Amino acid sequence: MSATGYNFAYLDPQTKRMIRRALLKAVAIPGYQVPFGSREMPLPYGWGTGGIQVTASVLGRDDVLKVIDQGSDDTVNAVNIRRFFARTADVATTDRTAEATVIQTRHRIPEAPLAEGQIMVYQVPEPEPMRRLEPREAVTRTLHALADYGFMHVKLYEDIARYGHIATTYDYPVMVNGRYLMSPSPIPKFDNPKLHRSPALQLFGAGREKRVYAVPPYTRVESLDFEDHPFSVQRWDEPCALCGADDSFLDEVVLDDAGGRMFVCSDSEYCASRQHAGHTGPAHRAQRGSLAAARAGEVGIEQGKPVPASNDTASARLGRGPASS
Amino acid sequence: MYVAVKGGETAILNAGTLLAQARRGDPAVSEVSVAQIAGQLRLGVARVMAEGSLYDEELAALALKQAAGDQVEAIFLLRAYRTTLPRFGYSQPLDTARMAVRRRISATFKELPGGQVLGPTYDYTQRLLDFSLLAGGEAPVVAEAAQPLPEHLPRGIDLLGEEGLIEPELPPPGDPAPADLSREPLSFPAGRATRLQNLARGDEGFLLALGYSTQRGYSHTHPFAGEIRMGEVALEVVPEELGFAIQIGEITVTECQMVNQFAGSSTTPPQFTRGYGLAFGEAERKTMAMALVDRALRCAELGEEPAAPAQQAEFVLSHSDNVEAGGFVQHLKLPHYVDFQSELELVRRMRAAIASAQPAQEQTA
Amino acid sequence: MNAPLLPGFAQPEDHAQRVFRLLLDALARPGRVQTLPFEFAAPAPLAPATGAAALALLDYETPVWLQSADSAPWLRFHAGCPLVDDPARARFALIDDAGAMPPLSAFAQGEPEYPDRSATLLIQVAGFAPHASTERGPTLRGPIWSGPGIADEVRLGVVGLPDGFWRDWQRNAGHFPLGVDLLLVAGAQVVGLPRTTTVREA
Repeated sequence: MSATGYNFAYLDPQTKRMIRRALLKAVAIPGYQVPFGSREMPLPYGWGTGGIQVTASVLGRDDVLKVIDQGSDDTVNAVNIRRFFARTADVATTDRTAEATVIQTRHRIPEAPLAEGQIMVYQVPEPEPMRRLEPREAVTRTLHALADYGFMHVKLYEDIARYGHIATTYDYPVMVNGRYLMSPSPIPKFDNPKLHRSPALQLFGAGREKRVYAVPPYTRVESLDFEDHPFSVQRWDEPCALCGADDSFLDEVVLDDAGGRMFVCSDSEYCASRQHAGHTGPAHRAQRGSLAAARAGEVGIEQGKPVPASNDTASARLGRGPASS
Repeated sequence: MYVAVKGGETAILNAGTLLAQARRGDPAVSEVSVAQIAGQLRLGVARVMAEGSLYDEELAALALKQAAGDQVEAIFLLRAYRTTLPRFGYSQPLDTARMAVRRRISATFKELPGGQVLGPTYDYTQRLLDFSLLAGGEAPVVAEAAQPLPEHLPRGIDLLGEEGLIEPELPPPGDPAPADLSREPLSFPAGRATRLQNLARGDEGFLLALGYSTQRGYSHTHPFAGEIRMGEVALEVVPEELGFAIQIGEITVTECQMVNQFAGSSTTPPQFTRGYGLAFGEAERKTMAMALVDRALRCAELGEEPAAPAQQAEFVLSHSDNVEAGGFVQHLKLPHYVDFQSELELVRRMRAAIASAQPAQEQTA
Repeated sequence: MNAPLLPGFAQPEDHAQRVFRLLLDALARPGRVQTLPFEFAAPAPLAPATGAAALALLDYETPVWLQSADSAPWLRFHAGCPLVDDPARARFALIDDAGAMPPLSAFAQGEPEYPDRSATLLIQVAGFAPHASTERGPTLRGPIWSGPGIADEVRLGVVGLPDGFWRDWQRNAGHFPLGVDLLLVAGAQVVGLPRTTTVREA
């Protein structure tokens, strides 16, 4: 018991054993959804209870925990979950990807490469990749047993026929070790390649749906695609406005009500550490000196419209660098 | 900070303080006590206990107070507390035939042994707002009945059973221990014991709507309220070291047994079928709805085609829990801007492709 | 007179968590030797790591098959796990004499819809012989392990497995996704062998 009167990391020992047993089976059958006796947690279902139960079951006193939501350590849900573990487990927390031993995430994989010994814990709202095509669990379970994933391909192909593209941009289904179709959780498909042969152990928890699953290190994870329509990820026409990164997932930030916007890294720690290392993006350069107005367009041209010369506004919002965070 | 939804711990803490202040309301008005809630809002407390799956009037009343009267929030609070409790063992099955009855009615018999006992019911009150309660009117004094009720009233529906007119309620072959839904995930097909557990803690509004749908033609079960009873039943456990049952307390429950559409054939003598509902506390509407849904869900075993929503076990059982449903519906409040950004990028790209193709098409036209 | 039972974990929460992480690592990185991070004594014939794994994973929800009943009182007392005679009904099996163990197919294999409902076997062996780059002695040419959790491939010899074991293992892998998962134990060391791991004799 910790000082709060609750068990270490909230869950009682029996519940942890039950989840731990499920996790061992999950690792042994990569991509297969193991049912587990998910508990009500003091956070609502759908708000990360699966990830929290997995983290609570793996976490030890020596771990260093990072929690992100939408790639950021600072969003309210990430703050709340980190606060929960700091309170019930008294573990060290960090926002540095490289320092963390356990990273709980919702909707993103950090940009910095993961390493051996790290554990990623994904919050999963809907573990069944075929659920939107087939609502009945009894049916999808049989399809997994038969490895019959034909209609998932049909669905993607119908997209191509209708839109000319596969219209799935996040929670893009993957095949794990050539056997199980798996939901990677609602990460943007941009992050899918990071799942493939990752040196980290990747655990997935769906609390409301009462399933855990896993991808062991160095396991094949392939996004579904077609020869004539190979899988591709999102690309942006410009780098991050703050750190200049051209290899990260960018959030679109609306600056004003006149169509002004800029694009910045969704992974706030990646962006901050790049800025700390001296990288700058167009917004910083624009901020400096007389070229500001001329370069404002670099900040976030959208359909040919430069960001209005509201550099006052922009600079006020750009104040967040490593020094001020 | 450049992203509006980012917020620090301070914002979260401040929101909590605001909530506590709003819950307390006007400080000039005296604070409601947990004992007052447990004693005077007992039906609200009963629902929190039933759907929170924890029989504890004080904690349920506390949850209601903390939730400012929001039942689903109170149920969630009680469930989250309940998961942390150690499990000592399982009780013996409740024997509702030995209930100390406070209310017992049957719609299928004009009269039955022990009589119709109305008890504390809203049924025949005229729904007129009682303005005397505004002034804090005193409750009337209840006169003792000349004849006390018998200690135990036989279940009306059992009278039909003696004649073989209703299907017997037999344990499944081998009498296996029922699954414990609070410890094990639901899987399909789900047996009746599992289904009843799910319904017992299912959302009253959801069950009410589904039960109602069966009366409006979405499945045909022709229900009659065979018997509804409410009162106190003994809770017994068998400690391993003793080997016999001892009573550890009693709880209030409401039980509803519906008598439904008979089944049979030219060779099998027809029998009425059953639907069952049980919940903690006084919960008549809930148990009646539950009994209707239970009967509808038995369609497969009774040879009926599962066509209506209330007959779809996976649909009903997967969506009955208001803690799950409330959480997931409301999780849409959480930031989703990364996924939205992904969609936005695709939609823009597709629109741009169409826009650049359009003029060409116009020229050829 | 029965000898007094050995104690369980000195720090139940903490030790259970550390043993679990060791087992998780073992199954996530097959073929890598993991070592118990603290001293632990288990009753004969259980090796320290077998006993520690048992306390970390077993409770009243896990039917256990014991090859030798000697540790039964200790397990019943500390873990409260039900013991079963039929290996097919066990979720965990504790095997101290690999030479006399039943074939892998005697244990629960899982179901096509629920392959997780298969047994996990803790099998005690004499030791592990990693592909050591010893300068003097002959380099041990252990079998080659590959599969999820292994970057490329790894060589690891296991001392004390019965003849024909790897053929039996190959049969187990042939039924994927059904099949058992193994934790091989030597003293305080553990190596994971999940059903996805292919082992080729060199």
